[in-house]
Amino acid sequence: MSAEIGQFALILALLVSMVQSSLPMIGAAKGNSTWIALSRPSAILLFALIVLAFAALTQAFVTSDFSVATVFRNSHSAKPMLYKISGVWGNHEGSMLLWVLILTGFGAAVAGFGKNLPPTLQARVLSVQAMITLGFLAFLIFTSNPFERMFPAPLDGRDLNPLLQDPGLAFHPPMLYAGYVGFSIAFSFAVAALIEGKVDAAWARWVRPWTLAAWITLTAGIALGSWWAYYELGWGGWWFWDPVENVSFMPWLMGTALLHSAIVVEKRDSLKVWTILLAILTFSLSLIGTFIVRSGLLTSVHAFATDPERGLFILVLLAIAIGGSLLLFALRAPALTSGGLFSPISREGGLVLNNLLLTVATFVVFVGTLGPLLLEATGTKISVGTPYYNAVFVPLMVPLVAVMAVGPMMPWKRAELGAVLSRLKFAGFMTVVAVLVTAYLQDGGPVLAIAAIGFAAWLFVGALVEWAERVKLFRLPLADSLNRAIKLPRAAHGMTLAHAGMAVAIAGMTGSAAWKTEDIRITRPGETIEVAGYSYLFEGLKPVEGPNYRAEEGTFIITKDGEFIAKLTPQRRLYNVQNMPTTEAGIHTTGLEDLYVVVGDPDGRGGWTTRIYHEPLVPWIWAGCLIMVLGGTVSLSDRRLRVGAPVRSKRWQAKSGTGGLGAQA
Amino acid sequence: MARKLIFFLPIAVFVIIGGYFFWGLDPERNPSDIPSVMIDKDVPVFDLPRLNGSGVVGFDNEDLKQGTVTLVNAFASWCLPCLAEHPILTELAKRNGIRLYGINYKDKPDDAAAWLREHGNPYARIGADSSGRVSIDWGVYGVPETYIVDGEGRIRYRHIGPIDTAAVEEIILPLINELNK
Repeated sequence: MSAEIGQFALILALLVSMVQSSLPMIGAAKGNSTWIALSRPSAILLFALIVLAFAALTQAFVTSDFSVATVFRNSHSAKPMLYKISGVWGNHEGSMLLWVLILTGFGAAVAGFGKNLPPTLQARVLSVQAMITLGFLAFLIFTSNPFERMFPAPLDGRDLNPLLQDPGLAFHPPMLYAGYVGFSIAFSFAVAALIEGKVDAAWARWVRPWTLAAWITLTAGIALGSWWAYYELGWGGWWFWDPVENVSFMPWLMGTALLHSAIVVEKRDSLKVWTILLAILTFSLSLIGTFIVRSGLLTSVHAFATDPERGLFILVLLAIAIGGSLLLFALRAPALTSGGLFSPISREGGLVLNNLLLTVATFVVFVGTLGPLLLEATGTKISVGTPYYNAVFVPLMVPLVAVMAVGPMMPWKRAELGAVLSRLKFAGFMTVVAVLVTAYLQDGGPVLAIAAIGFAAWLFVGALVEWAERVKLFRLPLADSLNRAIKLPRAAHGMTLAHAGMAVAIAGMTGSAAWKTEDIRITRPGETIEVAGYSYLFEGLKPVEGPNYRAEEGTFIITKDGEFIAKLTPQRRLYNVQNMPTTEAGIHTTGLEDLYVVVGDPDGRGGWTTRIYHEPLVPWIWAGCLIMVLGGTVSLSDRRLRVGAPVRSKRWQAKSGTGGLGAQA
Repeated sequence: MARKLIFFLPIAVFVIIGGYFFWGLDPERNPSDIPSVMIDKDVPVFDLPRLNGSGVVGFDNEDLKQGTVTLVNAFASWCLPCLAEHPILTELAKRNGIRLYGINYKDKPDDAAAWLREHGNPYARIGADSSGRVSIDWGVYGVPETYIVDGEGRIRYRHIGPIDTAAVEEIILPLINELNK
């Protein structure tokens, strides 16, 4: 029965979204307050209906109802409960339902929390949000119905792709989608603002928390995905510039730019048109990402079933959503007036540079991802890989990181570069120390990698110095500094954390790119392999039985200078139903480096292929991401983002502008 | 006015990209298609033994440098698409008089010979590549694949998957005619 309930809920939701996308919009235009007021209950009802549908699908998965086609294709009765649940979104139909769930969830949140929004703005935002929902519900119901029944019901299912049966990947899609879809709110706000013809500080303040929330989840989602690739695929790599990775990275880059440009709109009433465009583009990139993954447009390691017909449907949705909003932008944006002027050397100037570099970086990734498709249309086949990104993307990050430490120290409107740099003397000193220490430890190792570590140190210490200056650390008694720290807006702590986290992640990426060592060979039980100063004794393999797989588990004893370090047990699994082998890497982390062991195929003469990786600093990549997420969360908890933006007098704005108190993440 | 036009730039760019997306959705298009790096290169050095029971001899790379255009087809008895293209290959060899050589890919000689007895043998020569090593050198990644080799022993064209009459009419015959001039 539950599948039919879900089906009805979806159809009802489609009808509700039709109402919500039209009446409040018309009401806002005509000043009909009843129609305007309709938007809030309708957004909440829409969410409730999708929750019901999602619960129905989840129930079908949990109870292994194989009469539902989606369940049959992606589940199995012997699968552990966690993967029965994650199987709900581990397939095309269910993941699109999750997409809509999050979309309507954000809509309901705007309806619930946005009490201080002007009613017409709220009605228009929710109306735009419902239009997107309408499109995706139609897509779901007409091309990828998750509740399709099969008759007769098969006895058991085909199981979920074993690579996806992993705790890291169970939570990766919801996080990623929350990020993708979260940018829809910024998009809806931008479209609503274009319709209203008004963008001001209050608007920016309403948009920022939603953008920040989306940015946090997207950061976490991307980090989880790369972590999964790192330990599950068994290559010891964590980022492959694969199209599907890139399409999640592009909204992140754009969203980061949006996050920073919205600050300028809020504080300085400037960069309005640009911010609106960024809000539209960020969500457009999320939509394009969904399109690319679902349509089979590009080849990728991500093996979702693809279907050109579905692709065409999404392309039409894209044309309406992106084309429509950009047309609106072209017609209405020229009327938006810009306020505050500023000199190139100023906080605004720094943020503009940030935006410029992030936008160009997005463009670079876009060209790398879709360039092959565009060239293919002219008859040339190329593939773009890591060398392209190393040559083009990395040089863009250098000035970005260099400015990241300087920007937050600069006052609004006009700054003295010399004065700011002199405050960063300590950071400069620490950069030199980091470079010298790294060069010593790595015997002068790759010059570029040492420089990258220097940049990471510059950013890390720079972020801390800025924070220390704010609380007057070491200049006032510690208690006073602590007091200042407590009074400091949470967004200021958030920014320090996020920037420092970025520095930690950069150090990790550099370490893994420059100083990774690997050893691949045939090893017999009893043999010892030396990698980067550690000895790995291969004791042998023994069979292990899992709930829905069989495995061979290898045992490695790691020692250094005769002292026991760790025992690692990598596995080769064979999943019974799909008959698909997977590798489970054995990883020991010291916090500074990862020791990574994979056991591969037997050679038939008593030996096994073993791959041992020494991955210096790699754990820092995810530690850095975690710190960034933490920074974003702290910033999101800032009181100022929850209370409505007060309408400030011009005088007060000017004062806060030069006061250097406007702390931003 | 010029300032206003700038605001149309984003949508103009989107329309162009959207056009490419539309083109990319063509179901005939396979993004995994990889062009052969062997095109216009000499065939690899190899020497394939005869396929027992086929009644024809094997061949090596020197046999492809005798001044005649050769169609080299990788096939196997276990491969269903190979059976699908078999009549077309037979017709090419019989009616158009094209020299057709076969590489029998990862097959058991008895199975292959029985398959040829049942469906007819259009191949002038057949080399048995039971390990698949020679096929790897040719760049074969699945059967059937068909190569056009010119009189100097250079690979001029590769066709992935079963050949159909359209491919014969539009690509293979015109190219062979041109090479024979």
